[in-house]
Amino acid sequence: MSPQQSPPADRPKAAPKPTPETQPYWDAANRRELAIQRCTSCGKAFFYPRSACPACYSQQVEWFVASGRARLHTYLISHRPAPGFAEQVPYAIAVVELEEGPRMMTNIVGVDNTPENLVLDMDLEVDFEPRGAQLVPVFRPAAKPAGRPAQSAAGRPAGTPAESPA
Amino acid sequence: MTAKAKVAIVGAAETERIGVVPDVSALEMHAESARRAVADAGMTLGDVDGVAAAGISPISVAHYLGITPNYVDATSIGGCSFLVHVRHAAAAISAGLADVILITHGESGRSRTGAPPRAADPASPQGQFEAPYGTLGPPTLFPMGVLRYMKRYGLTHEQLASVAVAQRRWSSRVPRAMFRDLITVEDVMASRMVSYPMHLLECCLVTDGGGALVVTSAARAKAVPGPKPAVYVLGTGEAAETPLVSMMEDFTTSKAFTVSATRAFAEAGITPSDVDHLMVYDAFAHLPIYGLEDLGFVGRGEAGAFIEEGNTSPGGRLPMNTNGGGLSYTHTGMYGMFLVQESVRQLRGEASAQVPGVQTSVAQGVGGMFMSAGTLVLGTEAVAGA
Ligand SMILES: [Zn+2]
Repeated sequence: MSPQQSPPADRPKAAPKPTPETQPYWDAANRRELAIQRCTSCGKAFFYPRSACPACYSQQVEWFVASGRARLHTYLISHRPAPGFAEQVPYAIAVVELEEGPRMMTNIVGVDNTPENLVLDMDLEVDFEPRGAQLVPVFRPAAKPAGRPAQSAAGRPAGTPAESPA
Repeated sequence: MTAKAKVAIVGAAETERIGVVPDVSALEMHAESARRAVADAGMTLGDVDGVAAAGISPISVAHYLGITPNYVDATSIGGCSFLVHVRHAAAAISAGLADVILITHGESGRSRTGAPPRAADPASPQGQFEAPYGTLGPPTLFPMGVLRYMKRYGLTHEQLASVAVAQRRWSSRVPRAMFRDLITVEDVMASRMVSYPMHLLECCLVTDGGGALVVTSAARAKAVPGPKPAVYVLGTGEAAETPLVSMMEDFTTSKAFTVSATRAFAEAGITPSDVDHLMVYDAFAHLPIYGLEDLGFVGRGEAGAFIEEGNTSPGGRLPMNTNGGGLSYTHTGMYGMFLVQESVRQLRGEASAQVPGVQTSVAQGVGGMFMSAGTLVLGTEAVAGA
């Protein structure tokens, strides 16, 4: 890598800039909710947010709050800090598979990011971290192995109160 | 079954210097490559009526050179763009849109002389859904699937390292390669960890350099032979999967590789057993592993052992990345141009690490982080296996 790419240490972590189509996702994150979309024509949940279903092209899509349960699908551990990550290096950049099916990039928190600690397919649960004024979803090892009741995949409408925590 | 090639590569050249070239701008590298490729074809810039480029607009390249093209292709889909330019040139020439198409690459990837700034838009899908998690260029993105591949197929860290070892065996025979000293699996494993599981020697170089190609009709190549043997374009393919590596459908395979290569092999009427020489874009050591499997040279999960056993090394049955690749030869950023240059050299019999009797060569390019792909099947004759 060229030295020009080395970031100044004082720059903050990159913050997302919502677009009109992704605003509900980011608004939900600021409420500490992981809201994703589902196609009401074919039933598939999908990520990242967009105006139509990538599986069947239907524009009949709805938001719902995902369970927040996920499994560690794959990751790498960066030994060079991106802006704002200097104190965390080395840190994992991961892809998790949500209980509802879609995958997303994230960070793993609450555990040292070592190959020994990060085992593929381990159970995770969502948490949130600030990036500027925006909260973004991150994941931490699940408190206990996920039960994965089938009904939880249906989720609840975005913006409605969560049930009492388990 | 086999179709006759409609176009040929009749000129191919790299910049005189590659590696660390801080005293030449990216645009000048396009221009220098262009002049050298046109001379290689026995033509002048006045013969060129079509221009394709990526990184810098073909309009900028054409004007800088003094050409008013009647065909321009600004397809810019990452490092495989130049392979796709060849594909588009074949279609354009066949359709009568142009007669002689010049394809140029030049990049000050290391020195950043006259290079556009690298900017990430925080409102783009990458800016919203990847950058907040600390991504910092290809090392933090491209190897995302390697651990999943290892879990699924049992690929070992030593087998991954053997990709770099095999390619250094090639580059040790290539005077222009940046890294030429032979290395061992232990050397690779002892090199600095960049992005686990990728060590420094499993990551590509970052260099300056350029290259260009001249494409014309097979009929013209035969009627007006240049100083060098024509290289025929037997089959081509292109594909795109996802702008976000995190959205790959399956982290153990490149859908774009498979779609693009399937099309190219079918058009050429060949199977992997017909291929004498292979170039697979190696921005990182896992790409040749994915490429060997996605193109059908070996079965799923077999590529690591195949490389480790020496099958792609000098003397092996499938010579691959014979210039040393992005890991050892050069990697300007959009490395795909150098895949085609090496395929052309091998088919002409003028490579530094020449493989005897190469008649059919395949170049497999990637763009972005498994974002896109381009494939070329090239041959010494206008019909595959003729
Ligand atoms: Zn649907």
